[in-house]
Amino acid sequence: MSASLDDGRSRPAQTTDPVPTPASRRRTRERLAELRGPSVPPRPLDARALAALAANPGCRRRALLDGAGVDKGALASRLGSPAPFGQSQFAIVRGNSFEAKVKADGGRELLRLFGVEDPGTVSVPELSASGPEGRTARTALALREATAAGGWTLLDHPLLTLEVAGSPVHLEPDAVVVDPAGRWTVVEIKSFPMLDGAADAAKVGAAARQAAVYVLALERVAAVTEGAEVGHGVLLVCPKDFSNLPTASVVDVRRQRAVTRRQLDRLTRVEEIAGALPEGLTFDVRERSAEELSAAVEAVPHAYAPECLAACELGFHCRGRAREAGEVQTLGRSVRGELGALTTVGAVLAAARGEAGDPEDPAVAALRRARALRQEALTEAAACR
Amino acid sequence: MTVYDPAVPDPAEAAAKATAEILESTLRSAARGVVVDSPPGAGKSTLVVRAALELAAAGRPLMVVAQTNAQVDDLVLRLAEKEPGLEVGRLHSSDGDPYDKALDALEQVRKSAKAGDLAGLPVVVSTAAKWAHVKNVEPWAHAIVDEAYQMRSDALLAVAGLFERALFVGDPGQLDPFSVVGADQWAGLSYDPSASAVSTLLAHNPELPQHRLPVSWRLPASAAPLVSDAFYPYTPFRSGTGPGDRRLSFGVASDGSAPDRVLDEAAESGWGLLELPARNTPRTDPEAVHAVALLVRRLLDRGGAAVSERAEEPVPLTAGRIAVGTAHRDQAAAVRAALAELGVSGVTVDTANRLQGREYDVTVVLHPLSGRPDATAFHLETGRLCVLASRHRHACVVVCRAGVTDLLDEHPSTEPVQLGVAVKFPDGWEANHAVLSHLSEHRVSWTP
Amino acid sequence: MSLIAHLARMEAVESGRAQPLATVRHRHLSERPLVLVPLTTAGEAGAPLGALVGTGPDEPRLLVVPQPRDRELRFAFLAELAEEVLPYVDGYADAVEPVERKDPATGEKVQVELCLDAPQLIVPSRAGIEYVRLLGRSTRFRRTAEQDPDTPYPAPPRVPLLGRWLTHYGERARVPGSSLLLAATDLLNRHWATGQSSLEDQHLGALLAWIDPYDDEPGAEAAYRAELGRDSRGQLLCPPAGPATDPAFDNRLLAPAIEAYDRARQAVGAAEDGETADAALAALHRAEREVRRLVVSQLKPTWDATWRALGLLRELPEGARVADRWTRDRWSFTGHRDKVAAGEPPQPRRDDAVTAAAKLAAREQAQGRLDAQEALDDPLVLAGRRLAGEAFTGEVVEVTPAWTEARRPAPRPLLTFRTDDRPRLEPGTKVYRSLDGRPQTAEFVAPEEDGALVLRLLDKMGRAKEPAEGTVPEKGERIAWTLFEHDQRTGPKLPAPEDTPWTHGGPPRSADGELPDAVTPEDLL
Repeated sequence: MSASLDDGRSRPAQTTDPVPTPASRRRTRERLAELRGPSVPPRPLDARALAALAANPGCRRRALLDGAGVDKGALASRLGSPAPFGQSQFAIVRGNSFEAKVKADGGRELLRLFGVEDPGTVSVPELSASGPEGRTARTALALREATAAGGWTLLDHPLLTLEVAGSPVHLEPDAVVVDPAGRWTVVEIKSFPMLDGAADAAKVGAAARQAAVYVLALERVAAVTEGAEVGHGVLLVCPKDFSNLPTASVVDVRRQRAVTRRQLDRLTRVEEIAGALPEGLTFDVRERSAEELSAAVEAVPHAYAPECLAACELGFHCRGRAREAGEVQTLGRSVRGELGALTTVGAVLAAARGEAGDPEDPAVAALRRARALRQEALTEAAACR
Repeated sequence: MTVYDPAVPDPAEAAAKATAEILESTLRSAARGVVVDSPPGAGKSTLVVRAALELAAAGRPLMVVAQTNAQVDDLVLRLAEKEPGLEVGRLHSSDGDPYDKALDALEQVRKSAKAGDLAGLPVVVSTAAKWAHVKNVEPWAHAIVDEAYQMRSDALLAVAGLFERALFVGDPGQLDPFSVVGADQWAGLSYDPSASAVSTLLAHNPELPQHRLPVSWRLPASAAPLVSDAFYPYTPFRSGTGPGDRRLSFGVASDGSAPDRVLDEAAESGWGLLELPARNTPRTDPEAVHAVALLVRRLLDRGGAAVSERAEEPVPLTAGRIAVGTAHRDQAAAVRAALAELGVSGVTVDTANRLQGREYDVTVVLHPLSGRPDATAFHLETGRLCVLASRHRHACVVVCRAGVTDLLDEHPSTEPVQLGVAVKFPDGWEANHAVLSHLSEHRVSWTP
Repeated sequence: MSLIAHLARMEAVESGRAQPLATVRHRHLSERPLVLVPLTTAGEAGAPLGALVGTGPDEPRLLVVPQPRDRELRFAFLAELAEEVLPYVDGYADAVEPVERKDPATGEKVQVELCLDAPQLIVPSRAGIEYVRLLGRSTRFRRTAEQDPDTPYPAPPRVPLLGRWLTHYGERARVPGSSLLLAATDLLNRHWATGQSSLEDQHLGALLAWIDPYDDEPGAEAAYRAELGRDSRGQLLCPPAGPATDPAFDNRLLAPAIEAYDRARQAVGAAEDGETADAALAALHRAEREVRRLVVSQLKPTWDATWRALGLLRELPEGARVADRWTRDRWSFTGHRDKVAAGEPPQPRRDDAVTAAAKLAAREQAQGRLDAQEALDDPLVLAGRRLAGEAFTGEVVEVTPAWTEARRPAPRPLLTFRTDDRPRLEPGTKVYRSLDGRPQTAEFVAPEEDGALVLRLLDKMGRAKEPAEGTVPEKGERIAWTLFEHDQRTGPKLPAPEDTPWTHGGPPRSADGELPDAVTPEDLL
């Protein structure tokens, strides 16, 4: 409706977390390293992992394991329920060749997707440096120079940093474009097609959440860069129809950015979750036995829902536990909606059969009616045969 | 677009200025359409009646499109009241009992199920559904489309051939239209048939003049800022009355119970939150339903009286001036039963969908997320909460179980994104948090 | 999903076996459906890898693209697919019955043809339906050499026609209750509740593990093995139902086999004399056979599972109103047959405003019809509506004759009706029952003091003063009343596309403007 939409308005009051001090951050880092195992390097979080935090923000298990940098895939294998995730090399090859095509011609192809037919010279600065810190610094410098220069600049695989739960996370967007007005735009290159201008909405949603993480990280740099502004529309580049010619669409990621920022704020809870765990507990996949790991995982509550199977390496493990406990949520999040305080399959069935439950409770009463009607119909149908 | 004009400090003046601009656009602009956004209680009906009378006075044959029969009848009655000399046609369906019997008492209102019978009348009013069946008639010079944001794009497609130009009026903050079958394949198309009529209209005619009514005459000074911030963040409005212009008082003092205390809080501040202990409950949570009914009973028993700019003297708060709002129909039914048990009758109890466009002195709302184990898109829909929180002239009391803030925090955010579909602001999450955080300042906890 | 369906899921958890959600079959099943199990190449839209297709479980035709990036091989695949699908479709085009119909343009009755039966396409999963749409989209705008002699990569002759039919079927599948194109998983999920979530129910192998387990193995265990079980080479015991393949299959087995095939092709091209050429050709055939063997290893389990699903569904008796919906499917098939015969252009890429609105209206109507018909056909579905207060079953305890007060009184008998259900009735609410398959209307008058309901019968009693024989229920009769209508009202007539109003952008550009898709040289090896 209005051209002046901006996300700078005040947000609703959050639960007030204590402001982390350098000392408390160090303690958290140490505690998380312990949980991961002293000899195990942290599994680096990337934008995809950060974006996935929003998939089930109620899950303490996932928040802690991700926050501590535990390799959940390795952990799942040790627990006997390996994650079924993998990527076909056909897709990888195709994706890489598509990205190369998009960035061909010194960035001019990409700027055409921006709708800029004649960008003049496109600057493509060299961003390589030693180590992630070096690359991050190099990126920040290139962004500053590009903003000051007032022309078109393409940053190919810049490196950005975002502090998450006390530790720096390095993020590498496919590209960032700086326009002559100093606006920075994230470019997300994906290999799913845009068919007649439409694309798989679930995949676009995932891409938008991922891009929103880059936007947040860029905003930290922009805050200390004169004349810079980060665009809240990201350029999603995909193959057009059945070809490998690129086409693009601007995706407004303000919502995803707000969601991700909330989730990142909430990751400070990792400290609190870790604090509640018994001393000496660890998820060290190298040193501990499967039994010990299993017990350690059990010590952190999960919030399993079927959506986890496609979003978390521990999904099948948690499903097994949730099924053992008879949780109705294993049948879908929505199943709980009408069951009130009944949370297990056993309790629901007992209530439905009249073996337990308060008949005044509308959930119990509805279940009894549901069961009676179901039985009546099945009997009637059987009699008709 | 009419912008919020701080240069006009007097709300009546600001509203008059906006109305004058709208009428000027409608009567004299070259554009085929004019769009007016009207926040809750901003005088949309008054505007529609005025525009209708002016168009009729200018000799332009006018058709009016409303969304429900109740809205149509209401509009006809208002037109008749304002301009008894004006002949009005009421086009109705051929079902039994198709219109309000009150229309039979009005000589100037002609009723028919056939558009042809009403040809030549200066104004003809009907529902979008009925208009869609009108064929082979001379197009009307002008139309007014009421509640245009609640009208689906395909419904507009079916009637747009009947008029040359039109004034579209509606509230963008209320519930969006929906479809019972999937319409994803058209998402992102400018004419997506499941989208709102206004979004299609503006996608194809971005140059149309757009106006906004800047003042809510319904919402009190205690409510307008919250509703404006939470639901209309980029199109703010203000209340027509100032703090203290509206007062609610009780003849019977509080008995010290939590329900009485929350009523006192609401009478004082315009808002009250009666918070029950956290628990997962079925939709018809008996304790919450009872609490709602009890609040209504106490409102009546305590002899409520409302002071407002409308009358010199305090007006007794009667059952007819109270409404209960829920998210689901079974909740409304449960509240009705609970009220009947307490011997209360005459209070409106309905879902958000049906309360759209209605106005009461006091509302009691069963929070859509109260007691739920999970939030769903339905329960988070911004428009639903907006309708429930913006029906009152004096006070709104919300009944809710504790724990909704956590529920919101744990809500997964993995919405699909359709290319080309404009993002709607604010999202339900933000709006819910804003309202809850405001309500928490008016909280009374109660363990029944 | 309703509480009654959730309860069925929980019963399935407890018993380890799927539980019925229906007592009759709610979808039409053809005597001779065409089953299509497609596979596609990861990372690329519209690059098929292979398919099994056929009308009987024992006679599948195997189609394989040994190098999916080769356009020629893709076209060969599509041509072969067209040779399987189009003769099957054509087989239904000629057997017709004459039917009287109102001409929508003139309103007069005309006699038209209606195909006696229609071809039915079955795929394993919802992703398969999506893939049928994708294949349709990728082929219907292709140009053949005959259509356009200058086209750089002409498609085989019947491929564009295949695309039009697949598009029609893909689009028809969006109509609730339609049976022209169905997914086996959807069919099973409509009729059984498993002890897992609806997300997990999209896995055909896991679904069958609950509904039809071997050796009475508990559903959860059998489903787990179907989802994750792998052999010693790391390959899934139950390959995915496609069209996507398992990455482990791609990476460990398929990729090396395709590489070997590419090398063998190069060797054929490089052969300088007859002897090496013969050897190279033999090697090429071996390499191609290996790719085919691998592809069929992924397709065959799904093929068998799909037929198993059809077998399970055939055991259920067909619902009484399924034939009515199938007749609508036959109209849909006949209509498209006529469009093709009339030489109309392929379906456009995106619907215009009027077409989109008309489709949405038709689907909403179909949804209402489906909901009503399923409830009328199946007491178990009706039970869900009764629980929701949308229907009620009970007994007539009293019939009181009454009449209208008109000059010629018409019968309006009052029924006193006892039910334990809790319908959402208000005075004046209309309710409907099925009288010889046609709806009879009553209205709710008031409750009696003892809770019985008084209903006034409103129609279908004839023109005489006394109601016609058998039109008024008798004392003691059991009746199911619904609050929903049994037939759907037809929506308003929309403007013709060329009369699209200014609010919706005015008339669309002509559909002849649809150009074939751009071609990319990279597609060719």
